[in-house]
Amino acid sequence: MIRVVLPFHLRMLAKVEDEVQLDVEGPASQRSVLDALEARYPMLCGTIRDYGSLRRRPFLRFFACEQDLSNESPDELLPSAVARGDEPYLIVGALAGG
Amino acid sequence: MSKVRVLVGTRKGAFVLTSDGKRQKWDVSGPHFAGWEIYHMKGSPVDPNRVYASQSSGWFGQLIQRSDDGGQTWAPVDNKFVYEGDPGTHLWYDGTPHPWEFKRIWHLEPSLADADTVYAGAEDAALFQTTDGGKSWKELPGLREHGSGKFWQPGAGGMCLHTIVLDPSDPKRIYIAISAAGAFRTDDGGQTWKPINRGLKSDQIPNPEAEVGHCVHRIAMHPSRPDVLFMQKHWDVMRSDNAGDLWHEVSGNLPTDFGFVIDVHAHEPETIYVVPIKSDAEHFPLDGKLQVFRSRTGGNTWEALTKGLPQSNCYVNVLRDAMAVDSLDQCGVYFGTTGGQVYASADAGDNWTPIVRDLPAVVSVEVQTLS
Repeated sequence: MIRVVLPFHLRMLAKVEDEVQLDVEGPASQRSVLDALEARYPMLCGTIRDYGSLRRRPFLRFFACEQDLSNESPDELLPSAVARGDEPYLIVGALAGG
Repeated sequence: MSKVRVLVGTRKGAFVLTSDGKRQKWDVSGPHFAGWEIYHMKGSPVDPNRVYASQSSGWFGQLIQRSDDGGQTWAPVDNKFVYEGDPGTHLWYDGTPHPWEFKRIWHLEPSLADADTVYAGAEDAALFQTTDGGKSWKELPGLREHGSGKFWQPGAGGMCLHTIVLDPSDPKRIYIAISAAGAFRTDDGGQTWKPINRGLKSDQIPNPEAEVGHCVHRIAMHPSRPDVLFMQKHWDVMRSDNAGDLWHEVSGNLPTDFGFVIDVHAHEPETIYVVPIKSDAEHFPLDGKLQVFRSRTGGNTWEALTKGLPQSNCYVNVLRDAMAVDSLDQCGVYFGTTGGQVYASADAGDNWTPIVRDLPAVVSVEVQTLS
């Protein structure tokens, strides 16, 4: 079970109040977690990753275990503490604008 | 008893304002989609309870919301806007080729005949269509693939397709406008397009009378006379009497002919409204006085409408999609400002009252007249 924390606006869009818990088949990578997230909450498609390229949207960041994973390969395995559900995978809106 | 519903898109959410036909007391619902930019909301003329909204954010991209109960509840529909084929490049601000990139939907125009069919105007400029109520969107690529497309350049606000006007007498005829490419018309339902910019003169471009490259801000039409179009260009208020084939200037005695909005009275096809803005460098009213100008002669002769509008220290803007009219017997006129006010006139512009004063900056205003 993977725990995912969404930014405020995406929690409102997905109609979830707290962190999301996902079952991810196979090794947990950023790609597999985001695939599972979008499968559970289709309204999030296109809001975290661009359609087509599946690249991270520029003003979003991915954090876990006090590490910035935003620019890591999407197929890199997540830290084991995230894979075990001990630590959450954080999707964060970058500080930008006013 | 008639009822009026005003759909207001703002920089930080959507608001739905409702009143009875007297238009004196208003209920305000919102913010819907709080914190998101709502570039446009519009209801279906076929089913007024069907309302579509363009919801976007620099962080989270584009969403389309749909309501089937007049804006009380909403559900997201498909937001996959993908250009057909390899979209290639257009020109960037510095004149170099730049890839076509989808950024947002500026305008939603529901079909006049089918509540499930909607046209969507995108930045970077393209026209999309749904025929299943928003469950899927498909580009009509003939516009973007018009031979001039690779030479289009963005205006200051981006290369946006912001205006879509449907001809009620011919379902295959559509007018669109792009900043800063100009106006285009299709007569075959969007398969092929022709630029309709003859008569426009823009001193800000290398060839002031070029076939494309004009910064058109808004086009309006009265449904009873679909061949007569009115345009607020970057500078100049223009008119065409032949479906855009040729334009002539009708700025007349306006104190400045820069502006964004233009609209037509619901029952008088020769009565038109604009809100003059000082200049492209100073996007606020002249002398701090917010004035709507009305022409009852289809242009050239204009009168200032000021009763109820601030006449000192007013430095708001009125953006291109932020004016609309209702179709009650006494035509109502509405506009929103970047200062968050929505003004209404229940007597065709003679007197104005703010419905709300302190919303986020208003991007768009649409009106539904309900029986």
